[in-house]
Amino acid sequence: MIVFDQVQKSYQVGGRAIPALHPTDMTIETGEVFGIVGHSGAGKSTLVRLINLLEPPTDGNILIDGENITRYNATELRAFRRKVGMIFQHFNLLSSKTVSDNIAFPMKLAGIYSKAEIRDRVQELLARVSLTDHATKYPSQLSGGQKQRVGIARALACRPTILLCDEATSALDPQTTQSVLRLLAEINKELGLTIVLITHEMDVVRRVCDRVAVMDGGRVVEMGAVSDVFLHPKHPTTRDFVFESESIDSQERQEDLQKANGRILRLTFKGESTYQPLLGSVARASGVDFSILSGRIDHIKDTPYGQLTLSLVGGDLAVAMNALEAADVHVEVLR
Amino acid sequence: MEALLSNVDWPEIGIASWDTLVMVGMSLLFSVLAGLPIGVLLFLTGKRQLLEQPVAYAVLSFVVNVLRSVPFIILLIVMIPFTVMLIGTSLGVAGAIPPLVAGGAPFFARLVETSLREVDRGIIEATQAMGASVRQIIFGALLPEALPGIIAGITVTAITLVSYAAMSGVIGGGGLGDLAIRFGYQRFQTDVMVITVALLVIFVQVLQMVGDRLVLYFSRK
Repeated sequence: MIVFDQVQKSYQVGGRAIPALHPTDMTIETGEVFGIVGHSGAGKSTLVRLINLLEPPTDGNILIDGENITRYNATELRAFRRKVGMIFQHFNLLSSKTVSDNIAFPMKLAGIYSKAEIRDRVQELLARVSLTDHATKYPSQLSGGQKQRVGIARALACRPTILLCDEATSALDPQTTQSVLRLLAEINKELGLTIVLITHEMDVVRRVCDRVAVMDGGRVVEMGAVSDVFLHPKHPTTRDFVFESESIDSQERQEDLQKANGRILRLTFKGESTYQPLLGSVARASGVDFSILSGRIDHIKDTPYGQLTLSLVGGDLAVAMNALEAADVHVEVLR
Repeated sequence: MEALLSNVDWPEIGIASWDTLVMVGMSLLFSVLAGLPIGVLLFLTGKRQLLEQPVAYAVLSFVVNVLRSVPFIILLIVMIPFTVMLIGTSLGVAGAIPPLVAGGAPFFARLVETSLREVDRGIIEATQAMGASVRQIIFGALLPEALPGIIAGITVTAITLVSYAAMSGVIGGGGLGDLAIRFGYQRFQTDVMVITVALLVIFVQVLQMVGDRLVLYFSRK
C-alpha cells in the first residue's frame, strides 16, 4: 500500500518556490492498477517520481507498506528502489547493451544474484514478454513496442512489488499500445503487482486501471473507481478527458441537445444491464417516445458499459424513470 | 629518385618516426588517464547533474580553460622548469611528454564532458531508479553509453598530439617535427620537409581511420 500524507513538492526557480504538487493525501492499494491522468504540466510526472524518490518531496510523508521511505538513508533507498520497477515513455534502454544485458542490468547492479540466477531469470522474462528470439539484438534493432517490452522485462527483473509507468504507451501506435496494456494487465493479475500508471489518455485508464486520480495544476481534482470517474465525471478537467477519449466535441454536443425535443436523459448501463433489452419495454409501459441522440457501448477494464443520451416525448416520464432505475440503470436528467 | 631525395637520411627518418610514435603514444596514454577522470568530474559537478557542485565545477573548469588557452608553443616553454623537476630533463622524447600531456589532457577532458552530456538523461534516471549508486551509474551506464563519443575524442586528441609533438621540436623534443625544422626549414632541405610532412599526413590518416572504425564498431545507435 502506498500512502501519501500531505506530500508536497516545489522547485526553486530563481529563488522562488514554484509548486509542482500541492499538499496531497492519497492511498494506492496493494495489487491495484492506479491511473494518474492529467495534461502535461499537471504534476503527474512529479507525483510518480515521488514514489521511488527520484524526486524527494519538499514536505510530507510517503509510506509504503507502513514504512516511511522519506526517512531512508542512501543505502536503504537503493535497496528500496530495487523493489520498485519503472518504465518510461522513451524506454530509456541502454543502447550499448543487448536485450538480454539490458534485462540483466538491474540484477547485476543489485549485486546479490549469481550468474546462473541472472541467466535463468533473463530467459524467463524474455519468454514472458515474447522476445526470446531477440535476446542478442541491440535496442536500435527493435520496434517501439518491442523496446517497451524490454523495458517491462527489465523493470520486473528484481521481482518488484510496485511498477511505475511513466507515459509508457504515449510513444506507441494504437495497436502496440493495446498489446503493451494487455501485457501490463496480465502482469498485474499474475504477479499481484501494484501498478501506478500516468498518462494523458483516458482510454489507457479505461482499459487497465481500477482507480484513477485526475490531476490539474498540481492538485488531484478527482479520484475514485474508474467506472465512477469515467461515467460520472464531476470536475471540468475530468469531463474534458472523458469527452476527449470519446471524441466528443462538447460544443457540437450542446448544439445537438438544443435541437432535440422534450426531456433529455442520459442513461448509464453497467455490467449485466448493458445487455438487457430494456428501452422497448420501458417505452411500452410508460408510453413515452424516444429518439437516441448519442450512444456507445464499451468496456471499462473487464466490465461492459453503455451510455445513451435520449430525448423523450409524451407518456409518463416518472414511470419510465422508475422502471429504468429499477433495472439498475443510472438516470441523469440533462434537460 | 636517389638524386631527388639526396638529403634524406633514411635511418634518421626511421628514428624520428619512432620518436614521434612514442611521444604521441605515451602522451596520449597519460592524457587519457588524466583527462578521463577530469572529464567525468566536470560532467558530474556540472549544472543539474548527479553531483552538482558549482564551486568544484568552477575551479576545475577554470584550470582546464587556463591550460587550453595558453598557445601550445608557449606552454612548451612555460612547462620547462616543471618538466625538469618531474623527469630531470626537458629535452628529447621524454622531455616532450609532460608538456604534451599538459596540453592534451584538458583538451580530452572537455571532449569527455561533452560526450557524457550527450547521454540521454532518461538513461541516467532509469539507472537511478534501479537503485544504482553514483559509481554504478558512471561505470555501468554513462561510460558505456558515451563510449563511441569518447573514442572519437581519443582520436581527435591523438591527432592534436601529433601536431603538438611536431611543435616540441622547437625546444629540442625530437621526432619528425624536429627533423622538419632542423633540416627542412633551417637548412632548406625541401626533400626532407616533403618526406616528414608526408609521413605525418599518413600517420594522421591512419589514426583517423582506426578511430572511425572503432567508433563504428562500438556504436549501437
